[in-house]
Amino acid sequence: MTTITFTVNNESRTIEAPPMKRLLDVLREDLHLTGAKEGCGEGECGSCSVLMNGELVNSCLVSALQAEGAAITTIEGIAVGQKLHPIQQCFLEKGGAQCGICTPGMILATHHLLEKYPQPTLLQIQEGLAGNLCRCTGYTRIFDAVQAAANQPGKP
Amino acid sequence: MSEPTQPGPLFTVGSSPLRKEGVAKVMGQAKYVDDITLPDMWFGATVRSTIARGRIVSITFDPAIPWHEFTIVTAADIPGENTIVHLTKDHLCLAETHVNHPNEPILLLAHPDRAVLPAAVAGVQITYEELPGVFTIEESEAPDAPAIWEPAPEDALHSQEKNVFKTYLMESGEAASLETIFANAAYIVEGEYRTGAQEQLYIENNGVIAEAFRAEDGSLESVKVQGAMQCPYYLVHALELVFKLPEEKCRVIQTETGGAFGGKEDFPSVIGSHAALLALKSGHPVKICYDRAEDMAGTTKRHPSRSRHRTAVSKDGKILGGEIDFALDGGAYVTLTPVVLSRGTIHAPGPYHWPALRVRAKAMATNLPPHGAFRGFGAPQSIFGTERHMDKIARVVGITPEEMRRRNLLAVGDRTATGQIIHDTVDMQQMLTRALTESGYHAKREEFARTNPTSTIKRGVGFATFLHGAGFTGSGERRLNSLVKMIVDAKTGNPHILVSSTEFGQGTNTILCQVAAEVLGIPYDEVFITQPDTKIVPNSGPTVASRTAMIVGKLVEQTAIKILAALQPYGYEIGNTFEQFKKAAIAYGIEHGDVNVEARYQSPGDIFWDDEAYRGEAYPAYAWAVYVAEVAVDTSTYSATCTDFYALQEVGKVLHPVLAKGQIEGGVAQGIGYALYEKCVWQRGHMANNQMTNYIMPTSADLPPLHVAFEEIPSIHGPFGAKGIGELPMDGPAPAILNAIEAATGIAFTEVPLLPEDIFERMTANGNTGGSEDLNPSIDRDTRVESVA
Ligand code: FES
Ligand code: FES
Repeated sequence: MTTITFTVNNESRTIEAPPMKRLLDVLREDLHLTGAKEGCGEGECGSCSVLMNGELVNSCLVSALQAEGAAITTIEGIAVGQKLHPIQQCFLEKGGAQCGICTPGMILATHHLLEKYPQPTLLQIQEGLAGNLCRCTGYTRIFDAVQAAANQPGKP
Repeated sequence: MSEPTQPGPLFTVGSSPLRKEGVAKVMGQAKYVDDITLPDMWFGATVRSTIARGRIVSITFDPAIPWHEFTIVTAADIPGENTIVHLTKDHLCLAETHVNHPNEPILLLAHPDRAVLPAAVAGVQITYEELPGVFTIEESEAPDAPAIWEPAPEDALHSQEKNVFKTYLMESGEAASLETIFANAAYIVEGEYRTGAQEQLYIENNGVIAEAFRAEDGSLESVKVQGAMQCPYYLVHALELVFKLPEEKCRVIQTETGGAFGGKEDFPSVIGSHAALLALKSGHPVKICYDRAEDMAGTTKRHPSRSRHRTAVSKDGKILGGEIDFALDGGAYVTLTPVVLSRGTIHAPGPYHWPALRVRAKAMATNLPPHGAFRGFGAPQSIFGTERHMDKIARVVGITPEEMRRRNLLAVGDRTATGQIIHDTVDMQQMLTRALTESGYHAKREEFARTNPTSTIKRGVGFATFLHGAGFTGSGERRLNSLVKMIVDAKTGNPHILVSSTEFGQGTNTILCQVAAEVLGIPYDEVFITQPDTKIVPNSGPTVASRTAMIVGKLVEQTAIKILAALQPYGYEIGNTFEQFKKAAIAYGIEHGDVNVEARYQSPGDIFWDDEAYRGEAYPAYAWAVYVAEVAVDTSTYSATCTDFYALQEVGKVLHPVLAKGQIEGGVAQGIGYALYEKCVWQRGHMANNQMTNYIMPTSADLPPLHVAFEEIPSIHGPFGAKGIGELPMDGPAPAILNAIEAATGIAFTEVPLLPEDIFERMTANGNTGGSEDLNPSIDRDTRVESVA
């Protein structure tokens, strides 16, 4: 067991965990933040995506030790209280979420994408989200949601 | 019972209100089964066979593992029958003496710490006496094949032939004179087409949490399972047998479900029974959530298929008669295979007029894990063969694929191959014109004919015309006997819809609430739908077969009409506000309590289906479609890409345009994956590429622009004219894409999935290889083409 201190959704947290425990399990089991999902456990699907120091990471590939001192943002830290973030609102309105299992990861990937490219081209969206698999939508409604979010005031 | 839907403009049906459970999903607050933890919950794991077929000789436990901490369940711990009931009881809950496929469950383990389970599973050593297995349709049907499937003699559901699960014979028109028709035809065109297994690849794996409750005397009183699933009552029926409990003592709750596509239709009966056995023996709630590798290796896939066509054609390209042999690989147990075979059989003729037709269909047993439900349910398999074959006939006759379709498409008043008269006023000729025009098909053909000769990238366009039946077959819906309830809360005035129909992304919650709101004349936001819990909701049938919008939606409409009738005496009229609705509900409540109504399925008078003869109204309604694919084949890297996709469909009234488009786009994406990316690699029945790293589904960077267009001809069978929509988009992409690849390269590939290595093999081989045939019929070796005119 190691003591890990890090910031999650702007709150400082300290936990005891085996050093190689996956960040995904730390979030889900120790902190009860179940928004990040396990789709594959091997870095392929992106449903476990979180932001770590502003970068999009697959939390199934990050160890607790690597998260020491980091600032983590999960889907639970995106909305402002009960008020949806503009990206969430656009996913909701444009039909970007069907079964919803990929949605937390997609929204974080979009957040990251829009920081990098505030007005992304379709190609930039396609490539920016290529690490996040969605089996339901065929992605078209997700592209719509990202484009709509890019045109919102108050985006990241 | 089918009162006409109210006239006048619609206020919520046909618009796109927000998905009912959408806020929870975008906030990450929706609770999927693995997000739920119960007090004192343990975790379960499954010990599986490592061989395809054999007798279990010994089971030993690695002494290094503290087994006393674990709960261990074997077949001997099953209080009821050792079976997972689907259509028959051949499928064991846990193997006892023999195994029939790799990854067959033999033993179950539970422990409070999830992390110790993988080592414990590896610590159970099982030895076998191996028996010979069969792994393909051909191996299974070979005269000297080992008999891996001995049909139970008392079971009329089954064929009595060795290794054959089920056969159908569907004959129509002048089938008796087929030999004469072939003898006199200008052309006889033969072809063989194949499709591979496909993984559903829902992003949430199969998972459940089970609890078992004992009476004071220690005897088993009831079981409760919650988890990801499509059909809660299927699991109830499985539990009844495994635990020897009456229906009301087996409670099943669907949790938010992260994709299903058929993969959570029959399989939850297996994992749900397993978790409940562990819960009973351990005395704890037990969660089993598979990881990806276990889910891919151990659960169902789309049935691999083989279609053989032999068609008699006139000089000008009219179909005169045909024979279709359709075969499925069913895997090791029957599960849902006869129904998949049935849908494949009924869809094999496509949207064409066959003056004489004989379809012989059979499902073979193999030593693969049982294949199961996957969006389309047999239809994508047989439609692939038929639509590739139509292009082949066109080529042989020397007419365009378009002209070939035009000369043979069904029209209003014609009879389908089962003898059903087309009543829908659908005009496939006009749909074909619209699809080819809007997709730029003709212009692209001209352009590519000009540019291809000087380019290493060969481009092409192709299309498929097809239909898909909505709901179960006529007799199937009668057997389901679905029931829907609606309750208006006498305090809040909010109606609640009670159905066992589940939401797993496709929009069940939203469209059913829209239908109710529309009939009641109150805002969509005031209508609620109850999470399926078999203790509360009636059995409205399984959430499969494109039946929810049409069949269950119609029943929701009928319950709402009854609510209106109940509230009318209390002063509510259509056109009033929700406040007035609520007032009426409160007034009603003072006298009677909540308004509580139900509606049961009644077969429309004109739907007759003969299961024996395979004649009649196969489905109450059909959706019709023309899909056009554009491809680019790189002759230096041998990769084929779909570069543009256009999908036109007639689906009756579109209840929710955003959801409907999302359904079509998602289905087309899966269809593109089926055609060009998704290959299950089998090694003696074991899926060798059971990871997302080497089973490739399309990413956001792989898909072309998807253009979706609807025609809406209201059907009398669904609420506000809606028909089914969910499975249709799976049918068209694979044949459209392979037709386009033939247009681009001149090579007639006959098999999906078609990966670069398959294209490489064909393009670099001398002469013919498997999975394709030569373009020039005169040098075609697999295919006999005779001109006797
Ligand atoms: S679970 Fe982490 S990438 Fe799939
Ligand atoms: S919405 Fe289901 S996987 Fe994306």
